[in-house]
Amino acid sequence: MSVADELVDAADAGIDFDGLTVEPYRDAYRWQTAEEDAVLTAAELRERTDDPYATNWHYWEREVEGRGTARRAFLRWVEGADVELTDGSTDERADDLPVPERYEGLRGGHTRTWGELAVTVVLSEDGTRRYDVRHEDDVGENVDAYTDPLEARHLVKHDDDGRYRPLSTAPTLPHGWAFVDLDAPDLVQTVEYVYPATVANWWREQNGDLDVTNWEETAERQSGIYQIVEQLDREALEWAVEACCVDSQCVKRREWDASEDDELEAPRGDGEFPCREPCSVFVSAARKFVTLEREESREYTLELTPAEKEQLEALVDAVADDSTGEIREADLNEPANRYRARYLRAKRMDEQGFTGTPTYPEDHE
Amino acid sequence: MQALVIVGHGSHLNPGSSDPAFAHADTIREAGAFDEVREAFWKEEPSFREVLRTLESEEVFVVPLFVAEGYFTEQVIPRELRLEDWGDENWDSEGTDADHVTLDAADVGKTVHYCGPVGTHDSMSDVIVERAKSVAGDEDVGSVDESHSSARQTESDGGFGLAVVGHGTERNENSAKATHYHADRIRETGRFEEVQAVFMDEDPEVDDVAALVDTEDVVVVPLFVADGFHTQEDIPEDMGLTADALDGGYPVPGEVDGVRIWYSGAVGTEPLVADVILERAADAGADVTDAIERVREQTGGAGSTGSEGSRSERETRGSQAINGGD
Repeated sequence: MSVADELVDAADAGIDFDGLTVEPYRDAYRWQTAEEDAVLTAAELRERTDDPYATNWHYWEREVEGRGTARRAFLRWVEGADVELTDGSTDERADDLPVPERYEGLRGGHTRTWGELAVTVVLSEDGTRRYDVRHEDDVGENVDAYTDPLEARHLVKHDDDGRYRPLSTAPTLPHGWAFVDLDAPDLVQTVEYVYPATVANWWREQNGDLDVTNWEETAERQSGIYQIVEQLDREALEWAVEACCVDSQCVKRREWDASEDDELEAPRGDGEFPCREPCSVFVSAARKFVTLEREESREYTLELTPAEKEQLEALVDAVADDSTGEIREADLNEPANRYRARYLRAKRMDEQGFTGTPTYPEDHE
Repeated sequence: MQALVIVGHGSHLNPGSSDPAFAHADTIREAGAFDEVREAFWKEEPSFREVLRTLESEEVFVVPLFVAEGYFTEQVIPRELRLEDWGDENWDSEGTDADHVTLDAADVGKTVHYCGPVGTHDSMSDVIVERAKSVAGDEDVGSVDESHSSARQTESDGGFGLAVVGHGTERNENSAKATHYHADRIRETGRFEEVQAVFMDEDPEVDDVAALVDTEDVVVVPLFVADGFHTQEDIPEDMGLTADALDGGYPVPGEVDGVRIWYSGAVGTEPLVADVILERAADAGADVTDAIERVREQTGGAGSTGSEGSRSERETRGSQAINGGD
């Protein structure tokens, strides 16, 4: 069916979409928008197939379809249009503009960020949209182009330094690639492969029915070698969240807490999409923290100069913040400099660790 | 709409662990039997916990890309998918009989046809044989029919032996059952002079494979999903194929105590495993008959014609690349 036929066909049943109303009126059709109120014959209506309101209707209702789906909601969000919620209401967005004005912005490309991704939608001549997705730092850059969403699985598996990324939402998305000239399903699939399940959970949140599973419940469910994570005490949980679930480590926004009535203090993060449950990386980390917490503190007597103590603290920071690579080789003023670390080791450590301070004194008695 | 979800273990440490799931999913996607095909993992994303909500289909076939029944197929996966009314009684299995069960997933209101693991499906026996053919680069490998002289392209006159390697563990008896199951089935075909089930963590051990078989040539196929530490380092080193697999790989074939060992790497990477996944879904009621045919044509499985030669060639080259050129 041609676009003109589809338009007339839909007009017979009545169209009410994105500011356009078309309905049968006497022997013709009534066409209403914010700018216009006209009565059109069927022939005149057929000539409206290039009208922004008509192409917009056609794109959403005949090409994208899928009312009530996360996919459609995400695509609407990308271009700043109102999102129709599953209860039939509309989540009216501040940046939603009348279709002709929205079209102005879409012609030159409209970009939104999703985690570290920049998603750009561009309007085609016929009113369909084409999409482009890449690292937000690579907008405007000349990078390798891809068109098959399945390639994303391999492209984002390692960071810029070639290190494996077990956590999809770690803020280490590699640079240098772009998925270009995508249609709507391919855009959504690409995003799904870069940040799995984020669209689905964001959509649930938009509808007010994000199902959050708090730590207590997640921990209780674990079995096998993870059964022990239940033993992570409340204070250690706080430290674990501070270690793993902040913006510097994950682009999701944490929505779960210790339990329903016990909020965690660590910041939730500024991410666009929610984290509804502790992930497998967090559960694995928690398991390790439980085993570490089983040890009692001991007092050790170390002999260090004040600068050496500060140096140890700087070393921990450098590893924790993944900044060791930024420390210049010959910057001896930097406490976590490698030569200084080696000097400290040469001076203060032997095979046992810190000289004269056995880790397990009982083994040396 | 119907969807297929291939659920695998995945890894926080080894990026290659999810590759077989991706590869088989791609093959099945191309066959077009499902409206949606998705991979999900215990250790990667989407997690088991979240995969169902990423699908628009109301009916979902879930096939575990695991080699044996046990902890994951009976506890972790059903629990994490929130399959309502799941219980051990849902499938009456002695360790290799799990077929499928239809349940609802609590958080998404979808119907889930939960299938037994890939590794225990009968057609996995065929995949092991297929793997043996690929690694030896010979269609007739293992055949002891006197008229097929090419089957014994080596100096051996005794035909080929086959060893299927399982992980084995005292913690899960099903792990060994799957290995024995396929070894027994393949032995019954009479295709190989001798078939052994051997293990990493229980007797008979893979370390002794050269002494355990009487043939001068033996194909060794690990019943593992993905290539990784066990299949690329432990097993070749344990068998004595190499002192250090990381440093120079291992030869195919390699000679140990006068026995030529044709080591294949993980069988889960065999393209034909896509066919087993489809068989699992078909057993659970998925309408995939045409897709099975298409996948067989593509992967060179049973019933295909013409593509065998080129596929074997490709596989052999692949093995050599993995093994460091030997």
